[in-house]
Amino acid sequence: MIPPLPPPLIAFHNVSRRYGVGEAQVRALDSVSLNINAGEFVAIMGPSGSGKSTAMNIIGCLDRPTTGEYLFKGIPVQGLDQNRRALLRRHALGFVFQGFNLLARQSALENVELPLIYKGLPRAQRVAAAKLALQKVGLEGREGHDPSQLSGGQQQRVAIARALAGGPSVLLADEPTGNLDSARSHEIMRLLQALNRDEGITVVMVTHEEDIAAYAKRLLVFTDGHLTRDDPVLERA
Amino acid sequence: MLWDAVLLAFTAIVRNKLRSFLTVLGVVIGVAAVIAMVTVGAGSSAQVSASVERLGTNVLVVRPGRVRMGPPTGESAPRFTLKDAAALAELSVVGYLAPQASSSYSVVAGNANTSTQVTGSTADYLTVQNWDMALGRSFEPGEEAAGAAVCVLGQTVRKTLFGGSDPLGETIRVRGLACQVIGVLSPRGAGSFGQDQDDLVLMPIKTLHRRLQGETAVTSIQVALRKSVTSEDGIRAVQALLRERREIGIGQADNFSVTDMKDFNQLLSGVNSVMSGLLSAVAAVSLLVGGIGIMNIMLVSVTERTREIGIRLAVGASGAQVLTQFLVEAVVLSVLGGTLGIVLGLGLAWGGSIFLNVPFTPSALVVLLAFGFSAVVGVVFGFFPARRAARLDPIEALRHQ
Repeated sequence: MIPPLPPPLIAFHNVSRRYGVGEAQVRALDSVSLNINAGEFVAIMGPSGSGKSTAMNIIGCLDRPTTGEYLFKGIPVQGLDQNRRALLRRHALGFVFQGFNLLARQSALENVELPLIYKGLPRAQRVAAAKLALQKVGLEGREGHDPSQLSGGQQQRVAIARALAGGPSVLLADEPTGNLDSARSHEIMRLLQALNRDEGITVVMVTHEEDIAAYAKRLLVFTDGHLTRDDPVLERA
Repeated sequence: MLWDAVLLAFTAIVRNKLRSFLTVLGVVIGVAAVIAMVTVGAGSSAQVSASVERLGTNVLVVRPGRVRMGPPTGESAPRFTLKDAAALAELSVVGYLAPQASSSYSVVAGNANTSTQVTGSTADYLTVQNWDMALGRSFEPGEEAAGAAVCVLGQTVRKTLFGGSDPLGETIRVRGLACQVIGVLSPRGAGSFGQDQDDLVLMPIKTLHRRLQGETAVTSIQVALRKSVTSEDGIRAVQALLRERREIGIGQADNFSVTDMKDFNQLLSGVNSVMSGLLSAVAAVSLLVGGIGIMNIMLVSVTERTREIGIRLAVGASGAQVLTQFLVEAVVLSVLGGTLGIVLGLGLAWGGSIFLNVPFTPSALVVLLAFGFSAVVGVVFGFFPARRAARLDPIEALRHQ
C-alpha cells in the first residue's frame, strides 16, 4: 500500500482573476494551476502586469479568485469571507513587503507584537514571543528602537520577525529586497534561506532580480497572466 | 484585546493632542453647560423650597391689586390700611397676622452707615415668618400702639453698623429718626430670589408710617392660618371679608390678591420644568454637534491611517477587531471630553453658586448621566467611521501611499 500523499500546502486549480467589467476588463490571472508543498522556497518572477502580484495576493488570502479553486492546506479559500480569510492570515501566513510596512512611532518590539495582539495572547507571552522572533533575525538589543532609528536592512528584519512571530506555515515576501542596497539584499536573502532550511518555513517570494531569485529552490515565471515557466533552481555555487 | 484597544486609543489621542482637544471641545462645552446650569438650578430650587418650608405652607399673602400677566394697565387698586389688617385679625380662620410696609433708607450708627430696607410690621411678623431673635427682644404692644422709636436689626445690618460690638441699647439714625436698638434677628441667609434676607431693619409699622413715610399704606398683609384650617377655606374667608370691606359688587373682579405658598410652589415647579426642558434641548443639540465633530475627525483619522489599517488587516486583524479599535478610540475621545466637561461644569457651577448666593449642590446622578451620554455619543458617532475602517480592502489599503 502506498500511503496517501498529504495535500499540497498551496493548490491553484484553473485560477483566474479578472478586474473591471465589459470592454475594460483585465485578466490579471488566466486559468493558472500550480501546487506548492510545505518546505519549498519559491521565487515568482515576471514583468509588471504579468499577474505575479495578483497570484501573491491570492496566495496570501488578501484577494480571491474570480473563477477557479484555491485550496490552502486543503481549505477552499475562494468561499471564505473577509473575516475567515483574516483568521487564515492570522494563524498561517506571514507577510514581508517591499516597503517594510512597519507602524511608525511604535518600537520594533511593538511592531513584532502586532499579530500576537490579534491572536489574543496575554501581554507577557506576546513580549516573550516577539523577543524570540527579533533574536532569530539578529536584532536582539534593538527592541526599543523606532523604525526611524533603524537602517533599511534592520527595518526589513523587524518586518520578517513580525511575519515569524505568529508561527506561520508560509512566509510571503513581496519584493523583500526592492528597497535595499545589494549588500543588505543578500543579507536578507541569506536570512530567508536560513529560515527555510532550519525552521522548515515555506517561503514564497516575488522578485524581479535574477540573483535574488537564485536563492530560491524553485522558480515560477508569469507572463500575461499565465504561468509560463516552472523550474527548479540550481544550487548556487 | 479591549484593553489593548483602549491603550492604543490613548496613544493615538495623545499623539494629536491639539486636534483631539479641538475635536472634543463640542462635547466639553455641551456637558459643561448642562452640568453648570443643572447644578445651579438645583441649588436655587433647593433654596427656594427651604425658604418656603421655613415660612410654612399655611401662610397667605394679601396684596392690593390683581395678579395678572402682561404690562400694567394703569388701573389702580385702593391700598390696604391698618384697619383692614385689624378686621382680618378678627376672622376665626386667622392665627397670626402681620401687616407690612417698607422703604429703603440710609441708616447711620456712629461713623458707620448703610442703605437698607426698613420694614414696618408688628411683633407677630416674626411669628408668621417663623423667625427667632438672636439678641434682645421684639416690640411690645405698647411700643407698637405708640409708634415708639425702637428697632430690631437683621444680621447684615448689625455687622455693617456695629461689627463685633453689642448693639443693644445703642441708637441708630434712620433718615433723621433716632431709633433705639432693642434686638437682633437670627441669621436667615438668602431668600427665594437670592436676595439677602438679613439686610433689614424692623420697626413698628406705626413708627414707619408716622415718622418716616408720612403715609399709612400697608403694602401687604401676611396671614398665618390656624393649624386646623385648610388654605382653601382660609383664602375663601379672607376674600369674602375683603370684598365686603372694599365694596366689590357681585360679578365684579377682586382688586386684591390672596396667594398661598402652594401657588408659589406650583409657579416655581412650572418654571423649573420649563427650564429643565430647555436644558435637555440645549444638551441634545450640543451633544449632537459634538458628536458630529467626533465623527468628522474619526473619518479623517481613518483616511490618514489607511495604510496602518492595511498592515493590521494583513497581519491578521479581523474587520471586527479594526472596528473595535476605532470605536474604542471614538468612545475614549468623547468620554474624555465628557469628563473634562463635568469638571469644567462643576467648577462653573461652584463659581456661579457663590456669585448667585445659592447652595452648591452637585448631583451624582447628573454627573453619571452626562458621562453616560458622552459615551453613547462616542459609540453612535464613532460607528460609521469605524465601519468604514473595518470594510477597507487590505490590498487597496496597503497600496495607499
